[in-house]
Amino acid sequence: MTDAVNAVPLLGEDIHAAQIRKFRFQDMLFHRVTLLFAFLVLAALIGILVSLGMEASPSFKEFGFSFLWTNVWSVPDDQYGALIAIYGTLVTSAIALLIAVPVSFGIALFLTESCPVWLRRPLGTAIELLAGVPSIIYGIWGLFIFAPLFAEYVQPYLQTALGDVPVIGGWFTGPPIGIGILTAGIVLSLMVIPFIASVMRDVFETVPDVLKESAYGVGCTTWEVVRNIVLPYTKVGVIGGIMLGLGRALGETMAVTFVIGNANRITGSLFAPGNSIASTLANEFGEADPGLHIASLFALGLVLFIITFIVLAISRWLIRRGLGAEGV
Amino acid sequence: MSDFQSTISEEAVLQIRNLDFYYGDFKGLINNNMDIARNKVTAFIGPSGCGKSTLLRTFNRMYDLYPGQRAEGQILFHGKNLLDKKQDVNLVRAKIGMVFQKPTPFPMTIYENIAFGVRLYERLSRSEMDDRVQWALSKAALWEEVKDKLQQNGLSLSGGQQQRLCIARAVAVKPEIVLLDEPTSALDPISTAKIEELVNELKEDYTIAIVTHNMQQAARISDYTAFMYLGELIEFGKTDELFVKPKIKQTEDYITGRFG
Amino acid sequence: MDLYRRRILINQAGIGLSMVAMSFGLFALLWILWTLFSKGFAAFSWEFFTQDTPAPGTEGGGLRNAIIGSGLILFFTTVISTPIGILAGIYLAEFGRVSKFASATRFVTDIMLSAPSIVIGLFVYALFVVTTGGFSGWAGTVALSLIAIPVVVRTTENMLKLVPTSLREAAFAVGAPRWAVSLKVTLRAVKAGVVTGVLLAIARVTGETAPLLFTALSNQFYSTDMSQPMGNLPVVIFQFGLSPYDNWVNLAWGGSLLIALLVLGINIGARILFRQKDKR
Repeated sequence: MTDAVNAVPLLGEDIHAAQIRKFRFQDMLFHRVTLLFAFLVLAALIGILVSLGMEASPSFKEFGFSFLWTNVWSVPDDQYGALIAIYGTLVTSAIALLIAVPVSFGIALFLTESCPVWLRRPLGTAIELLAGVPSIIYGIWGLFIFAPLFAEYVQPYLQTALGDVPVIGGWFTGPPIGIGILTAGIVLSLMVIPFIASVMRDVFETVPDVLKESAYGVGCTTWEVVRNIVLPYTKVGVIGGIMLGLGRALGETMAVTFVIGNANRITGSLFAPGNSIASTLANEFGEADPGLHIASLFALGLVLFIITFIVLAISRWLIRRGLGAEGV
Repeated sequence: MSDFQSTISEEAVLQIRNLDFYYGDFKGLINNNMDIARNKVTAFIGPSGCGKSTLLRTFNRMYDLYPGQRAEGQILFHGKNLLDKKQDVNLVRAKIGMVFQKPTPFPMTIYENIAFGVRLYERLSRSEMDDRVQWALSKAALWEEVKDKLQQNGLSLSGGQQQRLCIARAVAVKPEIVLLDEPTSALDPISTAKIEELVNELKEDYTIAIVTHNMQQAARISDYTAFMYLGELIEFGKTDELFVKPKIKQTEDYITGRFG
Repeated sequence: MDLYRRRILINQAGIGLSMVAMSFGLFALLWILWTLFSKGFAAFSWEFFTQDTPAPGTEGGGLRNAIIGSGLILFFTTVISTPIGILAGIYLAEFGRVSKFASATRFVTDIMLSAPSIVIGLFVYALFVVTTGGFSGWAGTVALSLIAIPVVVRTTENMLKLVPTSLREAAFAVGAPRWAVSLKVTLRAVKAGVVTGVLLAIARVTGETAPLLFTALSNQFYSTDMSQPMGNLPVVIFQFGLSPYDNWVNLAWGGSLLIALLVLGINIGARILFRQKDKR
């Protein structure tokens, strides 16, 4: 039976043979072409890793792994280590998160729990627009507006208030010149607040109303609902949002370069100028000498890329779990 | 097997033989056998999840879009097995049209909605295409309502009009069979009545297979009825016989409203 | 009663602090925008748009070459990244629902959305500038495209995923081949969303400075030759903003305002477009 059926030409293929062939060819082409472009995107990432690795290899050959923890960056001596830049990157990012996380949490809390409904949309949009402001504008604002005010009105008080406290006192020593690691961290925090706040708002909104209503039903205050219901429920997504902000902060160039002071040394004071990986690259790469200098800059770029890659990968995983959905 | 006649005395345009269907490991259809009569309306009824839509979607191999879904057995159409791997699915779908539960106008003009499918397999001149569009819209009893706004977006029509547009679109490619998957369940009673009337007219030229959750609708418009339950074809026969004198106890229970 | 009062107080403190946080955020936004507008508008003049960037120590000057350069680079970035991003997005939505390759691509795209843009600049420098023998407008275009493409890919895929299955099936049901279903029906159904994605991608790269530093570099003179170093607003803002000359700093403020207006304008435009589509 089956064989007899297959022996005759299939339905209508005789009349439409050309059209069928054309469609098959077009579909194959469509598949291949879209696949090719998807592959390009994947290849770009691999390309970045490979090319940075190759360009950086002279530096790794010369300095080995100790490149990562060597506290020298000297063009005249042709000696390079990443510690100064890594330190600057981590410290500015840490300061940024220290400020941005509580503020973002407050903003998200306000937008989801206590904001009048008619204000939610405009305020939410304002926060999202803030996320769209190019980072170079934060940088130029930080240098010309924020840093002078900070030097005149805030730094001296910080120094008198905290300068003599043991352990942390050392963070606030040195001349209050406005620019430096602390300023970079603060400007950076303004830049990442919108990112963290929007993710937090989105995950807060995933809390089922039933859950919150049951808590209100037993007489909880808004604060208690947030602490005992919303936060535990959205823990994963909130951490994901923080990691996203961290990823942004670590790799940010312009907001930092304008105000960090660009000095290749570690002093231990937050008032002192320093350098982050991104600011070192922005400042030196254009005029770098071929050879070890440029290779070491590539090595810095590779280090930055790997650190942010890990942070962003964790953040994505957490946010997806937090939003409980695919493709967000 | 059940003790009813699964074949029919009239000319059968589709012959379903030993049809099994799988969603991954789950068996959605179990050994279905039946004929679909040419230029008649065949209705599929049964409680939700019974496999009636699944069965309908094997006729135009819509399941092919989804990895993990597969059909085994035979569906013979002009003596050829539609389930054959070598069978071109696009062509099958051009020959066996389908209309869905919710109206699905394409995001283009009313005119283009009709012309889209026609252009795939036929090369028509501008005036021939105009004629075809008018013909299809008339068939779907929509021409009078839209003849002055053919260039408007299909989405601008009302729900009932959209559904008739979808019927016109299916008819325009001149298929032999039109599959209707609960075509009126999203519509108001007046639009529903119009579509039912339309089905009655369309069977002059086409074979109609309709899935419906509405037993009265099946009784009103169909010539043959198939009652399905849990993936099996429980009873199949002429509509007036099946509704008046069901042979199987389960069928009787269902049509008298004792379950489902 | 004491416990009750304490709970109320804590609640008020918490809500109060959240309002403080919100005001802080808004205050920062308004402060930045205020300085930007007052300093930026002060720099706008006829010369600002018609003269080229001044040499060190000379008076006056404008940003004509940088505006034109940025315009060209952004134009080509859009032209390149729109089709690539849309086609890759279609692949992920249409063929990539279950494949490992697709989930890897999706993962990489998500990372690239937030990857440090300066590293993209380094990559294009190594890949393009070194091999073609110099900084050029094209190199800048490639760098910005690498940043814009992931944005387009993800919005396209997410939009396509919102298309109801029944619409897709309906297109298949008239016998259409896959490419026609995709390009003529589903993609058309989400046109507004995809355009929004492209606009957001442009907004995203408009102010990007870091990737242009080592690719397009800059050019003090007017040039429309994409194979040569090209003046562009972000890099000029960077150089002039850090310079000791007052007129340069003023131009940097004007340039910043111009970029901010463009970015905010595109963002708002994209939102309006998308909302209109929602209403239909």
